[in-house]
Amino acid sequence: MITVEHLTKRYGPVQAVSDVTFTAEPGLVTGFLGPNGAGKSTAMRMMTGLTPPTSGTARVLGKPYAALANPGRRVGVLLDASAQHAGRTGRETLALGALLMGVERRRVDEVLDLVGLTPSEAGRRVRTYSLGMRQRLGLASALLGDPDVLILDEPANGLDPAGIRWMRDLLRDFAQRGGTVLLSSHLLSEIEQVADRLVVIGRGRVVAEGTKDELLRAAGMVVRSLDDVALAAELRRAGVDVEAGAHGGLSVAADAETVARTAVGAGVLVTELRPADSRGLEELFLELTAADAREEVSA
Amino acid sequence: MTAVDQTRTGTRTSTRPAADVRPVPFSRLTLFEWRKQLDTRAVRWLFVVIALLTAGVVTVTALVGDGEVSFEMFVSNTSTPLAMLLPVVAILATTAEWSQRTALTTFTLEPRRQRVVGAKVLTAVGSGLAFFAVAVGIAAVAHLAVIAFRDASPDWALGAMTAGMALMIVLWMVQGVAFGLALQSTPAAIVVYLAVPTIVGAITMLVTAWSDVWPWVDLNTSSTPLIMGESMDGTAWAQLATSAAIWVGLPLAVGIWRVQRGEIKTS
Repeated sequence: MITVEHLTKRYGPVQAVSDVTFTAEPGLVTGFLGPNGAGKSTAMRMMTGLTPPTSGTARVLGKPYAALANPGRRVGVLLDASAQHAGRTGRETLALGALLMGVERRRVDEVLDLVGLTPSEAGRRVRTYSLGMRQRLGLASALLGDPDVLILDEPANGLDPAGIRWMRDLLRDFAQRGGTVLLSSHLLSEIEQVADRLVVIGRGRVVAEGTKDELLRAAGMVVRSLDDVALAAELRRAGVDVEAGAHGGLSVAADAETVARTAVGAGVLVTELRPADSRGLEELFLELTAADAREEVSA
Repeated sequence: MTAVDQTRTGTRTSTRPAADVRPVPFSRLTLFEWRKQLDTRAVRWLFVVIALLTAGVVTVTALVGDGEVSFEMFVSNTSTPLAMLLPVVAILATTAEWSQRTALTTFTLEPRRQRVVGAKVLTAVGSGLAFFAVAVGIAAVAHLAVIAFRDASPDWALGAMTAGMALMIVLWMVQGVAFGLALQSTPAAIVVYLAVPTIVGAITMLVTAWSDVWPWVDLNTSSTPLIMGESMDGTAWAQLATSAAIWVGLPLAVGIWRVQRGEIKTS
C-alpha cells in the first residue's frame, strides 16, 4: 500500500511535482505513466525517502519510508538500474544486500534464478552487463528482501520484448499474491498489459487516473456503419462528440448503448461497435500529456 | 528447496506481521560497510601497491647498512606506505556511493543516514588499526630476520613512535571518510587529500613569517613529532588538536551536514 497525498517538490522556480495524490493498493499493479521529465522519478524518490518533499506526504505501508524498520524487507526499490557498483559482480551486489537486510544467502540464488541471471553471468562484474541485465539485477535486488511493496522506476527500460513479457508475468504474480506494485514508464505499450490501474502524470501533475477500462471509456467507442455520415450527424444532434476514426469509422465519446440507440433511431445499420482499443488509449495518453510534454513534437 | 519456492516472488503481505521485521542493527550495517570497503577491484589493487611498497622498504632497510634495525624502526617503515595510501581506501569506500551511484541502494536500505556515516567512520578506523597490526607483524618478522641473518642485537621495545603512528592512522582514516563525504567525488577527494598537504608544506617553507602559526593549522607539521617518536608537550598536543579540528573535524562536519540535509543525489 502506497499513499501519496498532495505531494509537491519545488526546485527554485521549477515545480517538479505538483500536488500529486493517489493510492497504490495491495493486489494491484499501478502504472505511473508520463513523458520524460514529467516528475515520475522525483515523486518516486520522495516515496523512498531520498528526496524530502516541499510539501505533502508519501506513506508506504502506512508510514513515511524513513520510519520503516529494515525497509529492504518491506519495500523493494529499483530507482535506476545503472546505479550499481561497476566493479562488483552481480552476485556480490546481491550478497551485500542480503547481508544488510539479514536474509539467508540461499535467497541470493533464488532471486538470481527468478530474474533469469545464470551463475556465470552473476559471477561477472556489473561493468560488463547490458542495460537489460542491469534491470534484471536491479529487480533481483528489489525482490531480495521478500517485500510487500515494489517501487520500480522504468524497469522495462532496456529489456527486449521477451524480457518485458517476463517482467509482466513476474509483477502480475507478485500482485496476485497480495503485493503492491508501482511501476513507472514513459511508454504506454510497456505497461498497459500489466497495470491494473494507471496514474498519468504530465509536468508534475496527475492528469488522469483510473483503471485501464475507465480510461478507455474516456477514450470512447469506435463505430462503423453502412452510413457513417448520417450516423455522425444524428449523434451530433444528440449532443455527442464525434470524430472521424484514425482508421476509418467514427470515434465517439459515448457508451455503446447510446451509439446503438442513436443508430436505430436514424435507421443506420451498424457493422462494428467496440470500445476504442489500446491505440485509442495511446492517443488519449498523448493528448493528456501533450500540453505538458517537455519535448514538443515539431509540426 | 522446492520448485514452488523457486518461482515465488515472495509476498506474504497477509501472513507476516510488521513486528517480525526488526530494524537493521548497527553491527550488521557495519559489516555491510566493511565488506563494501574491501570487495572492489580498485581497493584490491591498492593493497597490492601497499604490499609491494612495504616489501621494498623492508628489504632495503634490512639489507642496506649494518642491519642494526630495531623492531620499532621496522614498524615505522612498514606502516608508512600504509599510512599514506590506506586513507585512499576510506575515500573510495565513501565516494563510491556517489561516483558509482550506490547511495541510492545504501540509503533506501538504511534511511537513517547518520548511522551509515557512523558505520563508514568505524570501518575506516577499524581497517586502519587492523592493517597497522599487520604492519607491526611484518616488522616483527623483519626484525627476527636481521637478528638471525645479520647478527643484529634484539631490540623489541615499542614506544611513543608506535603509539603516535597508530593515533595518526586513525586520524588519517577518519580524514579520508570526511573528505569523501564533504566532496562526494572520487577524483576531487583523492587530489585534495594527496595534494593539499604538499602544497601547504611548500608554502610553509616559503612564508617564514608564518612559521609560528603553521603548526597550529597544518596537520603535517603538527603530527611530525608524534610519528617521529619525539616528546609531545602540552603545546604540541594543542597544535595537533587544532590542526586535526581543521583538517579532520571540519570536513567531517561538512560531510555529515551534506549527507544529512536534503537530497541524496548521485548524478
